[in-house]
Amino acid sequence: MAVAAFGPAVTGVARKVPAWPVYLIGMMPGAWLLYRAVAGQLGFDPVKTLELELGLLSLQFLLASLTISPLLRFFRINLLKFRKVLGLLAFGYIALHFLVWLTLDLQLRWTMIGAEIAKRPYLTVGFAAFVLLIPLAATSWQGAIRRLGAKAWGRLHRLVYVAVLLGGVHFVMQEKVWTVESLTYLGAAILLVGARFAWIRRW
Amino acid sequence: MFKPDLTRSDVTPERFWLNRRQLIAGLGAGSLAAGLGARARAEDLEPNEWDEITGYNNFYEFGTGKGDPSKNAPAMETSPWTVKVDGLVDRPGDYLLDDLIGDIPTEERIYRFRCVEAWSMVIPWNGFALSRLLEKVGVQDDAKFVAFETAVLPEVMPGVRRPILDWPYREGLRLDEAMHPLTMMATGIYGRPIPNQNGAPMRLVVPWKYGFKSIKSIVRISLVEDQPFATWQDTNADEYGFYANVNPEVDHPRWSQASERVIGAGLFGGRIPTLPFNGYADQVASLYDGMDLRANF
Repeated sequence: MAVAAFGPAVTGVARKVPAWPVYLIGMMPGAWLLYRAVAGQLGFDPVKTLELELGLLSLQFLLASLTISPLLRFFRINLLKFRKVLGLLAFGYIALHFLVWLTLDLQLRWTMIGAEIAKRPYLTVGFAAFVLLIPLAATSWQGAIRRLGAKAWGRLHRLVYVAVLLGGVHFVMQEKVWTVESLTYLGAAILLVGARFAWIRRW
Repeated sequence: MFKPDLTRSDVTPERFWLNRRQLIAGLGAGSLAAGLGARARAEDLEPNEWDEITGYNNFYEFGTGKGDPSKNAPAMETSPWTVKVDGLVDRPGDYLLDDLIGDIPTEERIYRFRCVEAWSMVIPWNGFALSRLLEKVGVQDDAKFVAFETAVLPEVMPGVRRPILDWPYREGLRLDEAMHPLTMMATGIYGRPIPNQNGAPMRLVVPWKYGFKSIKSIVRISLVEDQPFATWQDTNADEYGFYANVNPEVDHPRWSQASERVIGAGLFGGRIPTLPFNGYADQVASLYDGMDLRANF
């Protein structure tokens, strides 16, 4: 009884909360990072810290956006209206992550940038994840669903499964040794994408 | 506890000790030129801050995060400290550190430090040439390599309780590398006793090699005939070689070694080009004459 009532209860509360404050809350870690950067509080290798933290935020929001459907399917908790926000926040952070690498780390050495992405598997993988998310961010508005048709739109947005797995692999690959943290992220990505097999019959 | 017996005020400026060492070591004309090269470069070395040197460390015994060593390492007891010296030596034994090195005078040496992760610092070490220690224990003719081991202290080292690496951390040098005058044992930084996170009470410093060769908190030194086990080479032989000489032309498979981020340069500090042998090519390149440095990375 208590469990059965839990889903609708959470859904009921969520219904009263508009989506826009989630943008604000979601941008706060970014603002906090910016503040720490300006205040010189990013440690001894600030560029590295900035890259790491932005990448982590992106992965976290991406993983959060992927919990929405399982919550609905398995727990009857409907948070669908927050999914787009979470996805766009993830995209914003991965774009900043890429931009910091491009400007502060490689300082726009274009020849090096191309060569690095092509030569380093972990960069290829990370870059691919970013590129895959671009069409998703570009079609995140209501009108896009109408124009593409719900079915095609849904299929397109399955690219997020590939992107999050690549993101997890990218995180694991840039470590010198296996770390619990990076493997946890990859594990969470595999779990959340794997959960889709419970209801997606035809890929 | 062992303390360097010289303070910063006693320090001989680097441009002089580079000269002085040539006299002491009585090296040939070739190294005179080498010394000149070192002096020319030494002029623009600006050491990093104490907080950077002691707060940004790789010492996986104390955790894989850069801040973990400074947080966890202070719990390590470094006095008394015993170093086992064994293998092909005339005077093997378990030495109290002070008995082993207490009578070797220390000097300051300001070296570039280049991590394999493509960041770098400049560190004013206090210590002495490793050759002094090796001469003291008496290296036998058959010895071709020196092997080193780091302490394993599970009570204070959270990292060694997990199989992050094949503990104990081990590294090695070819004997000629070990005897090279640039190769040192460090017991201090900025004239102060070396902090635990930097490898107290005694660590190796080989400035022309990636930092992981410069093994910390040494408890064993063995003179051996065959190339010894090296921890990172064992962990991933495609990525880390036994020699691990800094080489901008041989990339780590996963990242470029052509440039490095300078710790302390800030958000807009960018990268500087990495120098062959970390800027010590004039002094050490001849050690590798005729070797394929791509194959022996």
